[in-house]
Amino acid sequence: MSVLLSVKSVTKRFGGLTAVDDASFDVASGSITGLIGPNGAGKTTLFAIIAGFEPATSGAVAFEGRDVTALPAHRRAMEGIARTFQIVQPFAGLSVRENIAVGAFLRHADRKDALGRADEVGRKVGLGPMLDQSAGQLTVAGRKRLELARALATEPRLLLLDEVLAGLNPSEIRDMMPVVQAIRASGVTILIVEHVMQAVMSLCDSVNVLAQGRIIASGAPASVARDPKVIEAYLGQGAAARMQAQGDAQNVAADARRGAPDA
Amino acid sequence: MLKLDIFLSALANGLMTGAVYALVALGLTLVYGVLHIINFAHGATLTAAMFAVFVMHSVFKVDPYLAIFILTPLFFGLGYAVQRFVIGPASHGDDSNILLVTLGLSIIIENALLAGFRSDTRSIDVPYGFSVVEVGNLFLSTPKLVAFAASFLVALLLWLLLARTDTGKAIRAVAREKTGAALSGIDVDHIYAVTFGLGAACLAIAACLLMPTFLVNPRIGNAFVLVAFTIVVLGGMGSILGALVGGLIIGVVESLSGLYFGESLGQIGIFLIFILVLLFRPTGLFGAKA
Amino acid sequence: MTSAPYAWIAAIVAALALLPLGTSSNTVLNFLSFAMIVTVAAQGWNILGGYGGQFSFGHAVFFGTGAYVMALAQVRFGLNPWLALPLAMAMGAAVGYAIGFLSFRARLRGSYFALVTLAFAEVFRISANAWGFTGGAAGVLVPLKLDAAQMQFADKRLFYWLALAFVAAALVLTAWIARSRFGAQLVAVRENEEAARALGVDALAIKLRAITLSGAVTAAAGCLYTQKFLYLDANLAYGPWISVEALLAPIIGGLGTVFGPLVGAVVLLGLGEVTKTVFANLMGGSVPGVDLVVFGALLIACVAYAPRGVLGLLQGWLASARKARA
Repeated sequence: MSVLLSVKSVTKRFGGLTAVDDASFDVASGSITGLIGPNGAGKTTLFAIIAGFEPATSGAVAFEGRDVTALPAHRRAMEGIARTFQIVQPFAGLSVRENIAVGAFLRHADRKDALGRADEVGRKVGLGPMLDQSAGQLTVAGRKRLELARALATEPRLLLLDEVLAGLNPSEIRDMMPVVQAIRASGVTILIVEHVMQAVMSLCDSVNVLAQGRIIASGAPASVARDPKVIEAYLGQGAAARMQAQGDAQNVAADARRGAPDA
Repeated sequence: MLKLDIFLSALANGLMTGAVYALVALGLTLVYGVLHIINFAHGATLTAAMFAVFVMHSVFKVDPYLAIFILTPLFFGLGYAVQRFVIGPASHGDDSNILLVTLGLSIIIENALLAGFRSDTRSIDVPYGFSVVEVGNLFLSTPKLVAFAASFLVALLLWLLLARTDTGKAIRAVAREKTGAALSGIDVDHIYAVTFGLGAACLAIAACLLMPTFLVNPRIGNAFVLVAFTIVVLGGMGSILGALVGGLIIGVVESLSGLYFGESLGQIGIFLIFILVLLFRPTGLFGAKA
Repeated sequence: MTSAPYAWIAAIVAALALLPLGTSSNTVLNFLSFAMIVTVAAQGWNILGGYGGQFSFGHAVFFGTGAYVMALAQVRFGLNPWLALPLAMAMGAAVGYAIGFLSFRARLRGSYFALVTLAFAEVFRISANAWGFTGGAAGVLVPLKLDAAQMQFADKRLFYWLALAFVAAALVLTAWIARSRFGAQLVAVRENEEAARALGVDALAIKLRAITLSGAVTAAAGCLYTQKFLYLDANLAYGPWISVEALLAPIIGGLGTVFGPLVGAVVLLGLGEVTKTVFANLMGGSVPGVDLVVFGALLIACVAYAPRGVLGLLQGWLASARKARA
């Protein structure tokens, strides 16, 4: 599999604070890759650097083998990198269709083409019946879909999803998962920042864990979830050992219940 | 020697005018610091206060310095009411709406004064209008010296009010964290209106201090409003110390550039400072990092 | 709306063109011509403020530049006004680009942008008032040559039709913007700049294009003003009155709509005339400023009760009337 996006030794400092510390990882073409980590790990900052909304202090971002580190956000969108926002940012005064059309206008200069494309994308993410509504009237779930639709309308090759599942209830999350999978099936690579763990585990082919600005683990979801470093990062110092101990204690207890054979 | 004297007297004049500018800017920066809005009607309110001093003096024969004690509470009340019953409700909490509403207010005030008083320039005659104090080789205008000292006194009182009283604490709480302040039981709308009232009260005092040496016409506020904005921007939005220092700097710049480049170009200097500060250092000299 | 805006523009402009046939009153013709000049200035403001969400408090800077270039090109360089017109519009565009370049690159927005535009207008006003080339405080007088080739007309109706042609052009331009990619991106920047950038919109370039166009259109209004009154001084050309009227008309008519500035200008100036007349009769003499008091009150009332202006109110009434009938 070829590499679509490559993050190389990216570091970001705000004054004395190092938000992202020498982070490197790749996103394979056609994959759904996860970027997870506890709160304050630097996920959103790293995400903003990849999308071109924050300059990195050092390091580089390459897209399709080309260095895009110096490109501003709108140029990266042109190159094929689209993003959504964790805090949804609809153009509240416009209709759903017009919202999506702003994305579609990137590759379709003609109004009719752009609106047609907007309808198409809107239906694909399940906003078909809401196209004429004002974006300000959408529910939270609807707004999340709108974020997705606008980004998709720019016809990206890489879609950066910033917590598209956060704030949704379990049934809304169940509805959203196939939408994300369908986007990947249509040939768009996805990098997803998420802390709804279960969703990440079932969606992603590969996961990178960020803690205190550093990538501490990368690999298949199942193996990452068992990694003691990851467990510690999420649950605190010594958690892995405690869980191990707990597991041992349970084994002892189970043994005890089975009864001592030679009492 | 004569040259130095002229320079020194321009400098002293600049400092004295600058102190009153600072007082005008104080009200603006206070409102900005708490409500995070730019009160575009600030200049027109000052004009209204100056006309009030004029009317007090010419109709009721009240000395401008005595008028401070009548007009300050009056303008506090007016400011309170305008924020509470006009600006607040009309702007629906949207910043650009507030800007437009205060623009509307300034148009109304300025033109109502024009309709009432016509465009003539007026001044008042007080016995001490031209009295001077001799300091070394310099002759300093007594009313301007009074204005200089009073401006600092007002700034000090304002600072004490903010630092030491319960209302001041509430104002600072609202300025820092509106939602948190509301949750802890502070009536935010009331505090907003109080702050606005304080801003207007500063203008009433400034008007009383200005009138013995200054003139008034319905458009005079325009001259002050950009000066006040410049000071506030220069000193850092919301900073009291910034407004004081900024006011003195602008007063001196205006006075000296007026001396060397002539009156009208002196004014351009202020606007250029304003534009340059906004473009290159929008947080001002004393403002926190954006 | 598909091609409807263009049909509406044709119908409305045709109706306006017929107005002078019913009257030869100079007062009415002067009023209509002036309303058209303000409409053009307001259309310029509306491109930047209505569609782009960047509220300028100093559009006089473009109006005055257009007016002065128009006048000085004729008086100082003997240029024909028909040739001075594109030059003046280009200068308006250039001033727009320069102010936009400085302010938008410094990320000024909201109140800060409003204030910086106001300061630029004041700098231009004071300079024009002090500089000999622009006639200083005495102003510039364009010699009277009643000849269509000099863009001066003995028949006041002709000037009105000329101004109306500018309004028509501004309406078509605005309608085109509203339906173009540029317009969609401009509105996106107004609604949420960050989200727009994520969708590939070069926010800085879009805003620059808007303020440049805006400057050119408002400068055209200045040109018309010069040819209508043949006299200028700094307070007329760069004074706050035109900044205020260029901003009020779109807000009162309907912000970010094709017809808002036209409706707003007519309503505003019409109400102003009525107020002045009523007060003059009441007080036995004209009272300066009363019309502006009404303008200020109207602005506040619009912000409070009619955020989408007169057109928004009309749409609301029509919609509820239709519902009532159904």
